[in-house]
Parts: sequence; C-alpha cells; structure tokens
Amino acid sequence: TTKRRQTDLKMLPGLCLGRTVRHLRVLGRAWKRWQPRLEGDSSACATLPFTMPKRYLVTSFDPSHGLTDEQIAIQKLAINFARNEMLPNMAIWDEKELFPVDTMRAAAALGFGAVYASEEFGGTGLSRLDASIIFEALSQGCTSTTAYISIHNMCAWMIDKFGNKSQREQWIPQLASMEKFASYCLTEPGAGSDAGSLSTTAKKVGEELILNGSKAFISGGGDTDVYLVMCRTGSEGPKGISCVLVEKGTPGLNFGTKEKKIGWNSQPTRMVIFEDCRVPVINIIGDEGQGFNIAMKGLNGGRINIASCSLGAAQASIEAAADHVKVRKQFGKPLSSFQNSQFRLAEMSTELVASRLLVRNAATALQDDHPDAVTLCSMAKYYATEKCFNIINEALQLHGGYGYLKDYSVQQYLRDSRVHMILEGTNEVMRILIARHILAD
Amino acid sequence: MSLKVLVGCKRVIDYAVKIRVRPDKLGVVTDGIKHSMNPFDEIAIEEAVRLKEKNIVKEVIAVSCGPTQAQETIRTALAMGADRGIHVEVPAKEMEKLEPLHVSKILAKLAEKEQAELVIVGKQAIDDDTNATAQMTAGILNWPQATFASKIEKKDDFLEVIREIDGGLETIKVKLPAVVSADLRLNEPRYATLPNIMKAKKKKIEKMKPADLGVDTTPHFEVIEVTDPPAREAGIKVEDVDTLLLKLKEVGRI
Repeated sequence: TTKRRQTDLKMLPGLCLGRTVRHLRVLGRAWKRWQPRLEGDSSACATLPFTMPKRYLVTSFDPSHGLTDEQIAIQKLAINFARNEMLPNMAIWDEKELFPVDTMRAAAALGFGAVYASEEFGGTGLSRLDASIIFEALSQGCTSTTAYISIHNMCAWMIDKFGNKSQREQWIPQLASMEKFASYCLTEPGAGSDAGSLSTTAKKVGEELILNGSKAFISGGGDTDVYLVMCRTGSEGPKGISCVLVEKGTPGLNFGTKEKKIGWNSQPTRMVIFEDCRVPVINIIGDEGQGFNIAMKGLNGGRINIASCSLGAAQASIEAAADHVKVRKQFGKPLSSFQNSQFRLAEMSTELVASRLLVRNAATALQDDHPDAVTLCSMAKYYATEKCFNIINEALQLHGGYGYLKDYSVQQYLRDSRVHMILEGTNEVMRILIARHILAD
Repeated sequence: MSLKVLVGCKRVIDYAVKIRVRPDKLGVVTDGIKHSMNPFDEIAIEEAVRLKEKNIVKEVIAVSCGPTQAQETIRTALAMGADRGIHVEVPAKEMEKLEPLHVSKILAKLAEKEQAELVIVGKQAIDDDTNATAQMTAGILNWPQATFASKIEKKDDFLEVIREIDGGLETIKVKLPAVVSADLRLNEPRYATLPNIMKAKKKKIEKMKPADLGVDTTPHFEVIEVTDPPAREAGIKVEDVDTLLLKLKEVGRI
C-alpha cells in the first residue's frame, strides 16, 4: 500500500479497480468542490481544486479517459499518425505483404522506435503505460505493423536494460531511429512453449561464439538487421542460455523462405538458421547464462504491448460495427434497433473496457516493479488477446456478408489479432504462469 | 532578429467528429466530444515555427482563449515548437458566445503588450467559419493584413505574401508589423515528436482573463436557432437532355 500512496494520483485508477471517483462536469453546471471517495486509502487523494480540467479519472470506452494531459497529447499524436500514415495503407500492406520501412522510420522519428528505453542513449524514456497507450492507438491504423514496432521496441529495451555501455552506445541510437530493425529470436522448431529447452548452441572458441541451430517464426526475420538470439552457451535448462546479438550479413546466418500467413502480412516471418555462425563473444548481452531471464523480462513488456495492439484492433472494430448497424437496414429498421445487435455491442464494449483495465493495470504494475507484475502481465495478455479477438469476430458478424469482404477492415483486424493469442507466450502458458503464482506456498 | 510572433490557436470540435445539434437548438453538442486545435491554426503555428527555424523570428507565443481545456491546445502548439503560451481564461458558457471581435481585441492588446510584430492566425475556425478575427485584429491595431496566405517570404522590412483569392493567386507586400491569416496550402504541419511533447510540459503558459486586458466579452449578438441542414432528398430522372435543361431552368440553376 505504501507504493500506492506514492503513485501519481492520475495513475490510481489503474490500480484501484473497485473504487468509485466522482468527476466534475464542467459544462453547464455550477462549480462544485470535487471530492473523490476512496474506500480506505484517503491519504493519497487530496481535494482537488475546482478548476480541475475535465479529465476523467476512470478507464472507459473512450481510450483517452483516465490519462494525464501528457498522455492524452501522446495518444493524440499516435492516433493522428495512425489515421494519416497507416490506416490508408493497411489493406495494401496486407495484400502485397509489404514491410513498410519508410512509415516505420517516420514513426521512429517521432520517438516511437524505443518508447520505453531510457533517454541516455536515445530512447524516449516513457513509461510502460505510455507505451501501451501508443501501441493501442497505432494499432487502429495497422495492427500488424504496430505489433512489429512493439517487438522492435522490446528488443531495444532489452539491449538498453541489460547491455553494457558500449553495446548501448552502438545500438540504441540506431534502433531508436529505426535506421536498423531488430528481431527477437527465442522460439525454435522443437522449442515453443518449452522455450527453456531450446537447442541452438553457441560454443565458445577463443574470442568467438560459434552458433548452430535454427529459430522459427521470427518476426522481421530476413529483413531486419539485428537479431537478439537466445542460445545455449552452458548446460541444459534455462540457466545455460545466453542472449547474443547477431548482425545480418554475418557469415553462417541464413534465412528460410518467407512464411505465408493468414495475417501479420506487413511483417515478414522467416526461420533464422545458424550454420557455424561466428559471433564475437562481446556480443553477449548481459551475463552468460542470463539470456533466459533477459528473454522473459523482455516478454513481460512484450505481452502488454501485444495485448495493447489487440485493444486497438478491437476498438476500431466495435466502432466500425456500431456505425454499420446504424446504417444497415433490414425488415424496415436499422440493425441498431434490434435487441440482438444492442446486446452484442453491449457485451463487446464491456469486455473491451475490462481488457483495457487489465492491460493498463499490468503496465503500471510492471513500471512500478510490483511483486505480482509477471502474473498481472500474463493475465492481461491472455484476457485481452482472447476477449479482443472475440470482440472483433462479433464485430465481423454484425457486418453480415460485408464483414467477410476485404473492402472492410474488420476482417484484417481479425486476421491480424488472431496470432496474439499464440505468440509471446501462448495463452495456455499465460495460464501456467498465473496458476503457479496462485498455487505457490 | 528580435521579431516576436503571436499565434492564435482555437480549440474546436475535431474535424472527424459527426456533429449533432443540441436538443435546445441553440448550438451543437460539445460535452464529451473530441476536440483538437483548429486545423488552420495548426498551419499558423507551423509557419511561425518555420520562421523561427529560419531565424526570421525570435520567439513564438501561442495564445488561446477558452476554458481550462484550452491549455491542451496551447500544449500542442508548444510541442510543435512554440516557445511559450498565453491562456486567456474564458469559462465554457462564455466561450460559446465569444465573438471574433472579442478575440481580436484580446489579440490586439496582447500584441501590444508583448510587442509582437507579427500576428498569425488560421484563416477561419472550423466551428463558426467567421473568417473575421485576422481582419478585425488588423483593423484594431491599424496594421496591414495579408489574409488567405499560401506563401510568406520575408524581404528586408516587409513580407511578401501570396494570397489565395477567388480568381487565383495574388502577391502583395505588407510592411511589418502585420497580421497574417493562414490558408490551407501554406504548409503541412509537422507531427509533434514525443520528446517535444515531454519538453512542452516545462514551457511556460501565462494565464490571464479578458478583463485583465481591458476587454469586455459581452456578446453583441444572440444565436436564435441552430438546425441541421435539410435532409438530402431524392432526385428525379429525366428522359433526355432537353428535359434536363428545362428542369434546371425551372429551379433557377441556369
């Protein structure tokens, strides 16, 4: 509870799920003293001045509620960028399987390349919650591209957090600007959920590591420049794994054919193959044997980011469905007058707000180093990705036949968000992590 | 260069929002609706910042009249590169009735107070479309005005401005100090960067009331009714071109 008292007042709703806060309505009412009612912990909330701006301290259907002025400004920037630069292109990027390098670099120029890496070497130095808000907003423009941007961000953070000064000096500026693109390499053909059993080896010979093995399903693989490879430098199990940075062009680094996917088509996915690939030992990020730990810490944030992408896709889909049912008429009435449409939309919006609360809560927990952070991130990831996929699926149904056509974007949000239930730790693995916490002695 | 430029920016309903008329038919619904900076004012801010980057202008001051939320608009201007802001506090109820004449008096007073030599505003606000503030401000200050600017170039002690007019483009020279209003093609406003949004938090916003500037905001006119435009009606099909011409003549179109 001590941590909660110190937390910024505006961040409270992220943690105080069961608390009610009355807010001041500025327009059309006499000024009233605004007094938040909090059960128990009243020391954290002072009476706010009556000229408080009309900022809602609750999370709601509108993603801008519950945010500070700065976060609203950040969100507006991301929304505008998504609306102008990504939304008009999302269908083409999907159809032609284009990796939109220029658009991503334009995003990076605004600070979206290394959002939560520290400012020391060129990161933007924002919080996990800020990152969640950003990815949620960008995802409305193109979910697949935003998901890749979030993976790139995760890699930049891993180097920033665990790399030594010279590694950070060399890579963070290039990654923050997206002059170079990054990929996260953990999964293998024989090691998915059982990531700790990975078998790509890195044998130390003099001042080099010789890598042998292959990685599967690598986002950006083949088109990206920097690969963070979790490989075995020691003995069996997670403790024998190190995180090694491998640059594209290193002899012995090869790629498989580009995978054909039902979604995430604006990012290439390939196998990454190491055949006696020689990498300097100084490319180990962090300590030898720390690789699994680094990978998992990266994924905590990655899970929030992916869940945020799902939120954005679901938001866009609900809005599209609501617009559609107001316009589409059958039996002499707009679909919005049928109780079924109304009830569906009600359920969808409720699950969206619930998901958003979980995701933002997890982001704050991770930022504050809350003891339950890993569990909360797992909860947020599985809940939001599952519920949002269902929301988008229902939204497609509400579109009727039109939902099935590529002229309408809801099908792309559906296809793009489906994989969020699988990668960065399957939703089943998320349940394992949560249960472990609950059943711990 | 010691030139100071004052830029007016108004907080309006976002251009993408579907406007709804209020039940009392005296205005539109603004409660809980997304607002942003008037797009033409964004262009004005962008131009001022570009002038600063070219060292033609020393300081860009962003001004907004409105309730507390107007500070969001000023912060956007600061994030785009304005140096500091002035928030002229006008409560929401009064804001509904604030007229270009009031705003012009405020801007004129501020221009004098700040000793600005250039005032740039958007050509019109997308909510009331009055297209009057720039002109009135110039009138009150007795400064030359260059409205509907699509290009501004500084030459010695005057500005060469290309204006978009009905017949095409007009190039005029205005001596400084002057008032300019920004048109659509003047520039394409930049996105604020995340670092600039964070830096904007530290920039100063001065607060004051219209009364502090000696401006009386009593409305001069009253809105009697606001209604939706008539719903689009079905057209008719005609058999041939002659009938078409006849019909068009009937409704007075030709």
